[in-house]
Amino acid sequence: MTVYIIRRVLQLIPVLLGVSILVFSLMHLTPGNPAQLMAGESAPPDTIEQIEESLGLNDPLPVQYWDYISGVVQGDLGTSMRYNTPVADEVWPKFKVTLELSIYSTILSIFMGLLAGIISAVRQYSISDITIMIIALFGLSMPNFWLGLMLIQWFAVNLGWFPPTGWEGPSSIVLPVISLGTAGAAIIARMTRSSMLDVISQDYIRTARAKGVKKRVIIYKHALKNALIPVVTVAGLQFGALLAGAVLTESVFAINGMGRLLVDSIIQRDFPVVQACILIIAVVFVVVNLIVDISYKFLNKRIDLND
Amino acid sequence: MSNQQVEAAPTQPKVENPRVKAAKDFYRRLKKNVPALIGFYTILILVIFSIIGPWMLSTDPSDTDVINKFAGPSAEHWFGTDHLGRDIFTRIIHGMKLTLGIGFASVFMGAAMGIPIGIIAGYYGGKIDAVIMRFIDILLAFPGILLALAIVSILGGSLVNVTIAVAIYAIPGFARIIRGSTLAAKNLEYVDAIKALGAGDGRIIFKHILPNVLSPVIVNATLYIATAILTAAGLSFLGMGAQPPQPEWGAMLNDGRSYMRDAGHIAFFPGMAIVIVVLAFNIFGDGLRDALDPKMKK
Amino acid sequence: MSQETILEVNDLRTSFFVEGNEVKAVDGVTFDVPKGKTLGIVGESGSGKSISALSILQLIDSPGKIVGGEINFKGDNLLKYNDNQMRKIRGNQISMIFQEPMTSLNPVYTVGQQLREALKIHRGLGKEAGTEKAVELLELVGIPSPRSRVTQYPFELSGGMRQRVMIAMALACDPELLVADEPTTALDVTIQAQILELLKELQDEFDMSIIMITHDLGVVAETCDYVAVMYCGKVVEYADVNTLFKNPRHPYTVGLLNSLPRSDVDQEELEPIHGTVPAPHEMPVGCRFAPRCPFATDLCHEKLPDLEDIGDEEQVRCWIYTDEWDGDPEVKVYEPEARTTKDQ
Repeated sequence: MTVYIIRRVLQLIPVLLGVSILVFSLMHLTPGNPAQLMAGESAPPDTIEQIEESLGLNDPLPVQYWDYISGVVQGDLGTSMRYNTPVADEVWPKFKVTLELSIYSTILSIFMGLLAGIISAVRQYSISDITIMIIALFGLSMPNFWLGLMLIQWFAVNLGWFPPTGWEGPSSIVLPVISLGTAGAAIIARMTRSSMLDVISQDYIRTARAKGVKKRVIIYKHALKNALIPVVTVAGLQFGALLAGAVLTESVFAINGMGRLLVDSIIQRDFPVVQACILIIAVVFVVVNLIVDISYKFLNKRIDLND
Repeated sequence: MSNQQVEAAPTQPKVENPRVKAAKDFYRRLKKNVPALIGFYTILILVIFSIIGPWMLSTDPSDTDVINKFAGPSAEHWFGTDHLGRDIFTRIIHGMKLTLGIGFASVFMGAAMGIPIGIIAGYYGGKIDAVIMRFIDILLAFPGILLALAIVSILGGSLVNVTIAVAIYAIPGFARIIRGSTLAAKNLEYVDAIKALGAGDGRIIFKHILPNVLSPVIVNATLYIATAILTAAGLSFLGMGAQPPQPEWGAMLNDGRSYMRDAGHIAFFPGMAIVIVVLAFNIFGDGLRDALDPKMKK
Repeated sequence: MSQETILEVNDLRTSFFVEGNEVKAVDGVTFDVPKGKTLGIVGESGSGKSISALSILQLIDSPGKIVGGEINFKGDNLLKYNDNQMRKIRGNQISMIFQEPMTSLNPVYTVGQQLREALKIHRGLGKEAGTEKAVELLELVGIPSPRSRVTQYPFELSGGMRQRVMIAMALACDPELLVADEPTTALDVTIQAQILELLKELQDEFDMSIIMITHDLGVVAETCDYVAVMYCGKVVEYADVNTLFKNPRHPYTVGLLNSLPRSDVDQEELEPIHGTVPAPHEMPVGCRFAPRCPFATDLCHEKLPDLEDIGDEEQVRCWIYTDEWDGDPEVKVYEPEARTTKDQ
């Protein structure tokens, strides 16, 4: 197991390297001179030169990349063009908000998704199964930003139960978390259902029945543990999707998180901030996936650890 | 239950081409899948409507009715009017071709790039495969809408750029599925046999592997259109896709969000339109998957 | 029947309901299992032998359903039992082992956990007592270093070992009847012999009755005392094993024996049974074997014969052995020598 973990961590290095190169290239792939773009069309040549100088844009690309990556490793994410402050100071407090939003939403997705999926599988073709699957299909097909707006309309504006915007206090997190977590819950519910149904038809379930095990014990002990294995992978991927989806949810609920910062910075062409936000989300996602992969191996004893 | 054949005795005088038979089976199963048919006909109707709809309407999506700003649904304005007094129903009908167009175009482009990449990786294996798959891994490290956002941040916001961004975001999915199917098809015995007969790589890929990997592509493409439409609408909602006054649904939602308190219908109807289109592709894709792989259907 | 029987199956009917059609997988099956003996149920795939076995423990899944008949275990009809009563029988008085040792053990639990389960349900044994008993059982079925095996997962064991674990699980609560559904089919030939030998030893030790489901007449010859031959959901012949091999009655049984290499009679060549098993939806109205039977007459094609007693502990479902037989009277007498030269 230890060897497996070490090897998976080592495999991460080329991916992270690639991610950082891609993120670094963002600024250089942009058509036109980045310094000009940042300073604006009518900026005097002095200003542009100054920006070019401060960003090191006149150095050869490998040197620029080296400067960039060695800064990142030391926690220096560059300087915001808009505020002229260190990007790290700008990003980290907001990252915390986004992380909270994503974690709560993932928890909601997993909890609701598992519950719904198990009920559906155990009562296959019943009214509750059909209802759950129709709701899941809708959940999957709804844009989370639209769901957010509708939730605001009903529960904040009409009923006044929750504040329509913000991220302060427990009542303010309810609507954003539902809005962001619904699609994930739908995906996990569908996955859990099909995985459970698959497991229920396996030979070892018949063996358990032949031993005289109760139906409820068969479902929760023998079937669920096996059915969870593929669900774990989906839940990990969902966490990443929610982290990125937070961009939209934060925009809808006016939450001061990293997603909103990213969108604003893209519009303002504040490249260092854009790079930092994208890099952080990608790295968190890759690391979460690694953890999921390792727990997958841990759960799934059948898989050869040398794979 | 399978019937064991004690001795090979041909019971059917005519042996059917297995590929024709598979297609027939597929069609028969698809016909029995009621939700899939509903999805398919909904898509068909939507496509027809997106083409002829604008011709049938006497109203223009940019026409403003300044007296009737923020009007709720009525006989005159079925879905009401927006903050500029434009008819929302008209705008939704005109926007349909944008939504469907982005969906089809981006998935088509994504497949056109992803399929060859996947086939090359799966068929040649070794170092080529390792390099390609590492690159795919890197693209997959940007979850959900993030990759599309990054690309739009490079290219700038416009509908065309959104389509390109969503297409690039589709590449890894196609490449991975195709690589897996190609690996499986490559190891089939008949491919070895054909190779032994001296068939070249091109012939093997086009005549023997491509047809075998097409069905997962079709399922993936259908389901992917749903994701593409959602992603593109999201980008437009953020103001990075369609530019005013284009009647793109995500952009219309963005228009409506400021008026949720007094005129919720401005955001409600474009959102419903997205839900219906995405739902249609999702249930059709589910049905296709069930029909292609009967084992999946439980 | 002269001796005590532990299980009597009468007119058992199990059907599958697929898209509004009823497929009669087990169509009026009748057999007895004498106490302490082994009954073999032989047949091709799709003959209904495995479904019969699963029906005994009522392990038939939807869309399958037991639609009629009686399964009398020590005088009680199991089909009258509710789910709770049935659960107390399963793994306790009647156990079952399956064809696929590779997939019949739960991959996410250790061997010990799975062995302890039945002991806890039926004997109320706790973790420690259960582990001790589990080690004992593993030793009994011939697994080396049993104490270290209890903490292993199924993937760490070979197929033969897994089947031994399955047997240990089945034996955990000293069952009176063991239903073995093709227990050796998925194993290597050498392992097969070991497992069959083990089952025989255990049977003698515990005075257990066994139902051995198999398609392999070799397994029957080695392990069984009585044999029921099944074809298309029906028993076509029931006899003790010696009678069956020496003097088979039903043309299907004869066909099966002829398609098998034998050392006890001279065979010029192996003869396959011609034709194929009819598909469930095109079952013949008469004798199910008639389309493939070399002796079939109009009577055979039109009317289904009953399973009739034709001697002591011998039953056959064939018109040839009835007074109504309208074909060649010569075919009533079978001699092994005659069979090998018979014209097809």
